[in-house]
Amino acid sequence: MAQAHAGAAFASGPADAAGGLDPAARSGYEEHPPRMGFFTDTSVCIGCKACEVACKEWNSVPEDGITLTGMSYDNSVELSGSTWRHVAFIEQSAVTVGPAAGSAADSGAGVRWLMSSDVCKHCTEAGCLDVCPTGALMRTEFGTVVVQDDVCNGCGYCVSACPFGVIGRREDDGGAHKCTLCYDRIGEGMTPACAKACPTESIQFGPVDELRERAAARLDDLQEAGVAKAQLYLADPDNGIGGAGAFFLLLDEPEVYGLPPDPVVTTRDLPRMWRHVGLAAAALCAAGLAAAIGGTP
Amino acid sequence: MSRRARDLVRRRPHLDGGRSHPGREAHDGQRGEQSMVPPADFRSYYGRPVIKEPVWEAPGVPGYLFLGGLAGASSALAAGADLAGCPELARTSKIAAVSAIGLSAVALVRDLGRPARFYNMLRVFKPTSPMSVGSWLLTAYSPAAGVAAASAVTGLLPPAGRVATAAAAVLGPGVAAYTGALLADTAVPAWHDAHREMPYLFVGSAATAAGGLGLMLVRSEQSRPARNLAVVGAAAELIAKGLLLRRLGPTAAPYESGRSGNLMEVAEVLTASGLTAVALGGQSRAVAALAGAALVASSAVTRFGVFFAGVRSAGDPRYTVVPQRERLREKAAPHPAGPMEESASSAP
Repeated sequence: MAQAHAGAAFASGPADAAGGLDPAARSGYEEHPPRMGFFTDTSVCIGCKACEVACKEWNSVPEDGITLTGMSYDNSVELSGSTWRHVAFIEQSAVTVGPAAGSAADSGAGVRWLMSSDVCKHCTEAGCLDVCPTGALMRTEFGTVVVQDDVCNGCGYCVSACPFGVIGRREDDGGAHKCTLCYDRIGEGMTPACAKACPTESIQFGPVDELRERAAARLDDLQEAGVAKAQLYLADPDNGIGGAGAFFLLLDEPEVYGLPPDPVVTTRDLPRMWRHVGLAAAALCAAGLAAAIGGTP
Repeated sequence: MSRRARDLVRRRPHLDGGRSHPGREAHDGQRGEQSMVPPADFRSYYGRPVIKEPVWEAPGVPGYLFLGGLAGASSALAAGADLAGCPELARTSKIAAVSAIGLSAVALVRDLGRPARFYNMLRVFKPTSPMSVGSWLLTAYSPAAGVAAASAVTGLLPPAGRVATAAAAVLGPGVAAYTGALLADTAVPAWHDAHREMPYLFVGSAATAAGGLGLMLVRSEQSRPARNLAVVGAAAELIAKGLLLRRLGPTAAPYESGRSGNLMEVAEVLTASGLTAVALGGQSRAVAALAGAALVASSAVTRFGVFFAGVRSAGDPRYTVVPQRERLREKAAPHPAGPMEESASSAP
């Protein structure tokens, strides 16, 4: 079942059409479908949370605490083992943007309401997958990253390796869980539950190459319309995670949405770490033997 | 109450999160000129952390770091003691090694979300995962430490004992050192950014513990190698810690303040007291035992300090957002003053 392949972080490999690394081919799939992913255009998100509900329903993700947070309309707080889509709500005061700027509706103490549906990024260089000691985390033929629940022993390493705080360990079953990009649905040619349920097409599903083009075109449109802070997040295949399978169009800086502004996968530094570990271990071995010098007094 | 709900109660969200800070827009245009000045303020989502706090818990995981280090360095010391002709010290170190590694394995398994599946650690070998490499190291090391101790205690099979002692002396330091990569190979800022120094800090701390234990338990005529190792280890530990703090810059704050900072300070005081007592104690058995105890305790406290420093840096978005912003600023407008750290992940 598992074609998950260790060592990906240390090797470059085949490139996809857009010039980024092809994660499925790097993981040993000789023939595979195109890399699939999400483009989440937050400029048309209306905060309906249909994605959160559809994800819970389809994937049988359990309830994980019902708490009123005071964080605008956000009561699911963050992605976790039991929240695989999370809609962020940010109320900003007295900001005028876009074509409506200066209009009657936007004058005075207006509120700009940012909404964004967050999800696992399905990184090309996935820290969670790299550090998983059991091989429970694997790369699929679609270039996505999934947890094999029957293999995971709940060590929690993936939780600390994810630069986005996506994957979490559930308290009830002790295992790590996260978005699968609806592996079961896309294997049947269907659209993931969240994208299917999204009423505004804020969540778009498709081949990553195509989505990147669509994202670039949408950014052009918004910039032409004068939306100054509109920006693509993680769409560049040349970023610190080798490009993402799920990327975003944001209307403010990433950290405003709780996203890291410049994430770098931790395993990029691992070869250097191993060198230092080797030197340190050799030094300790030598120190132990050298301690014999002087012998018994 | 779920973990998340507890978390929320503990950390009241800042309700101004996400709002633009006055004056920020004006600064944006001048980023190039300001690249050396860390921003006084940063933006976040209601003050929530960007990355997850580690699910690893104390005392299990820091306890494992300490015990694994104590075991590995004790095996190296045992080989040195055999060479020096100090059989008492060698036997004590071998028993310490096998006991510590046994306890540490229990601590590790207990920390798993699904302890009954611990054996899945040996399902694959992945050099990209320090935990995988560590599991295989422990699997090879533990039997060697066991045979070395058994032979030393019973006097049976001396050749097997010698081979096992040598094997444990080679593998043990690996066990003590790899935990540096185990912590550093994460997105946790105070751990990852310390990835150069952490292995040296940990082997230094391990040598301090093993030497200290020898001083505690073995009479002075037999404990010279333990004293040597403790002194070298403590010195290495103090130097590595100094380098780490200097290079981390603002990310060093969790090592210098709060509960984790206090622990690091206590460890330093214990190390210094232990070293002083070793230097001035002469042949006094009682002073040597006290000095040894201080050094063992110092090693344990260091691991707890490092552990909690990481947890704190993960729980505060400042440590994730500010260095990454700084990195972007440098990329956009390289500072003319000279080359910055080449590492893509170094702190500002």
